[in-house]
Amino acid sequence: MRTLIFRTAAPTLTALMLLFSVFVLLRGHNEPGGGFIGGLIAVSAFAIHGIAFGVHQVRRTLYFHPMAISGFGLFLAILAGLISLAFRVPLLTGLWTSLTFGDLTIDLSTPMLFDIGVYLVVVGSITSIALALEGREDA
Amino acid sequence: MGTGAQSLTLLALLLPFLGAIAAPLLTRVLKHNAAWVLALVPLWIFIHFTGFMGTVAGGETVAGFFDWIPSLGVGFSWYLDGLSLTFALLISGIGTLIVLYSGGYLKGHQQQGRFFSFILMFMGAMQGLVVSDSFMTLFVFWELTSITSFLLIGFDHDREAARRAALQALIVTGLGGLSLLAGLLVIWNATGINSLSALLGSGDAMRSSPLYLLALVLVLGGAFTKSAQFPLHFWLPNAMQAPTPVSAYLHSATMVKAGVYLLMRLNPALGGTTAWETILPLFGGVTLLVGTVLAMRQTDLKLMLAYTTVASLGLLVMLTGFGSDKAIEAAVLYLIAHSMFKGALFMVAGLIDHETGVRDIRRLGGIGRAMPVTFAAGLLAALSMGGLPLFFGFLAKEEIYAALPTGTPWGMLLTAVAVGGNALMFAIAFMVGLKPFIGARGDIPKKAHEGPPLLWIGPLVLGLSGLVAALLSGPAHFMLSSPMSSAVAGTAIEVHASTVPHIGLPLLLSLVTIALGLTAYLTRDRLREVVAAGLKAIGWGPDLGFDQVMRGLLKLSFVVTKIVQSGRLDIYLTVTFSMVALALLVPMVIYNELPVMPEMPMLLVHEWTIVVIAVIGLGAVVYAKDRLTAIVSLGIQGLAVALLFMLFGAPDLSFTQFMIETLSVVILALVMTRLRLSPTDHRPASEKVLDVTISGACGLAFGLLLLKVTQNPFDDTLSEFFETHSLAIAHGRNIVNVIIVDFRGLDTLGEIAVVMVAGLAILALTRVRTPDRKPPATLEGG
Repeated sequence: MRTLIFRTAAPTLTALMLLFSVFVLLRGHNEPGGGFIGGLIAVSAFAIHGIAFGVHQVRRTLYFHPMAISGFGLFLAILAGLISLAFRVPLLTGLWTSLTFGDLTIDLSTPMLFDIGVYLVVVGSITSIALALEGREDA
Repeated sequence: MGTGAQSLTLLALLLPFLGAIAAPLLTRVLKHNAAWVLALVPLWIFIHFTGFMGTVAGGETVAGFFDWIPSLGVGFSWYLDGLSLTFALLISGIGTLIVLYSGGYLKGHQQQGRFFSFILMFMGAMQGLVVSDSFMTLFVFWELTSITSFLLIGFDHDREAARRAALQALIVTGLGGLSLLAGLLVIWNATGINSLSALLGSGDAMRSSPLYLLALVLVLGGAFTKSAQFPLHFWLPNAMQAPTPVSAYLHSATMVKAGVYLLMRLNPALGGTTAWETILPLFGGVTLLVGTVLAMRQTDLKLMLAYTTVASLGLLVMLTGFGSDKAIEAAVLYLIAHSMFKGALFMVAGLIDHETGVRDIRRLGGIGRAMPVTFAAGLLAALSMGGLPLFFGFLAKEEIYAALPTGTPWGMLLTAVAVGGNALMFAIAFMVGLKPFIGARGDIPKKAHEGPPLLWIGPLVLGLSGLVAALLSGPAHFMLSSPMSSAVAGTAIEVHASTVPHIGLPLLLSLVTIALGLTAYLTRDRLREVVAAGLKAIGWGPDLGFDQVMRGLLKLSFVVTKIVQSGRLDIYLTVTFSMVALALLVPMVIYNELPVMPEMPMLLVHEWTIVVIAVIGLGAVVYAKDRLTAIVSLGIQGLAVALLFMLFGAPDLSFTQFMIETLSVVILALVMTRLRLSPTDHRPASEKVLDVTISGACGLAFGLLLLKVTQNPFDDTLSEFFETHSLAIAHGRNIVNVIIVDFRGLDTLGEIAVVMVAGLAILALTRVRTPDRKPPATLEGG
């Protein structure tokens, strides 16, 4: 699969897909998208990268072990749930707040944090599986 | 009882466990002298319980209650009457001495701290067991004693024999525990009562219940395993693999009496029936005989004592089964006497072993001059065990003979059994408490000398208490025996036994016993040979049977595992999907719930095109020459379906489907490269037909199911709820996403945890090399 065209296109493709995956993740609350889908797009991006340059290269790019990313995602999701306990409402109750920078208003919420957690779990776990199948685990 | 006193009793119940936590640290600092500090725990409990003696002797009871599982009406409750109080005092009193003794016995042992910890845990469990009121606490503590006993028997876990004995004890008593649980549940079911104190007052209701016999058999299953009744006695002698303090404490003075305790406790509720008065004396009598005869066979001091313990437990069960007031008195007196003299003799045996390095009765002799205190303790205990006047054992024996019915053949048989058993126990008592100390000096490797105070305090105090309790029999009966007998009988009983013998038949039987016992003591070597020859002729025992059963179980489970988990993926898939197809199709056909065939839908050209693409993809999967093509074709079919989702208004689903299909193709292709399969399919035609049938049936079944579901009226309450509330309370316009991250966040949390675990599992699987499959050869492996 390491044709010249593919190897030239792969980095750009990977970068674009990753960017798109984050876009899909963040818009998910109001438009089609969300953590699951975003995560799957990101995994595809890494898969393309892996097919073009090999497993080792992907592991270096990721820096963290994919399972560690997955674990951090689960941690974020649980944290998002626990935050509501601090405000004396039941676990996983959605909490919202807005930050204003001049004209720009950003809505922040625990469901968003939760969704980021979902995204990371999906990215980590499935990338881990794909990489393990693609080459011997050496990291 | 005030709340203050109630809290103190709760503390007394919990303190051993706290002590168990502190023990290893304390032992690290103080070495074996930690025993002096740790002994304060049982000592304080002992003193705390003596505080109730006046109340209980006055015929009252002490109860306490804390909520535990309120939804089931189960409380952490205790109930102190004569029976439980006497047991509590025995456990904490002997426990104090045992902790001290362990300090000396395991001095310098690497794991002494752990030992203290285990023994205190056991103490807490046993203490809880005897004062429990609710069935649940009783059962929990009952199991805890089994578990701590397992830990203590297997304390020297680098020896195989110790591991085997520990496992055996756990399996036998654990099974008994389950039987007890079932029995208690049956009682609960039959009477609606779930506490002992309430049950004691409802004996008639219980006895007339149709479930009585079932409850009795199940409860006896628990009691007989714990109290080592024949033929389930074999675990107790094997438990002698434990360090001697354990043998003295668990396997003679306390834990093995839990079964007897249970029988005594339930006597007012379950006793008095023909079944009770037949089963108990029968098993008890056989156990008494078997135990004493087997004890004569042994040459190891501890094993001799272990078999006489089995015999004594048989005697106690037999007496409890008679149900007469006299018999109950006898059982109570013998139980108290036995705890004292047997605990003392075990500690003496351990002391001899510790100081001389020998436990073989044939090699021991003449060490009395070097170990005078040990000799004194041993002799005191032996005199009590032999049932000689002036000792508490004598009181017990007199009562036993006075209690035995002699009018019937059945009664005469039991009397003969009791006399024979007691005579042999007399012989064993002096073989342990006298023989090693007198006569010519034996073949002893170490130079014998007296042990340190930590070692001889315990046996000496227990030996002396057998004398003191008999001399002060009035107060002893008032404080302990009478309240305990009353609790067992369910009616007030006053015990009057004293060191003055009953003139008449009991005295005569006593004399016969002593004469027989002396003869047995003097001809011990000859008797041993006879018993050994007899056993050799039989050649099989329950201990061997246990191994056979365990080996059979292992073989059976191996065979079953091999059938159920053949390790062949194609068989798993065939079974799984056949079941899926059958589970879906059979009910639909049987209940005539097949869907009505729908009309041909009106589709536009581009929609038809997509459907056709999906069908072509499917065809390509089936007719593909090699596996890679098949995988890619499956992807084509999937993408076509994703497009359909998009066209019919499910963008999120479609989006996800696209990604899943893409990744499935990638990952399946990767799996194929790893599995090193041949690129083409080599299945024979017959297998292909079967596989096609199964997959066709599955597809048909799901299709029919979906059609049927859509033909039913659709309940859209939930959809409406989500539509109205998604934006209003969850600030999101994408309902699917809002459901995932907010309305059903907890589900999603579980799902992503599953995703992660699956990832970990697959990661682990990719690292597995070809596994070995060998049957486990033995029970070994602990």
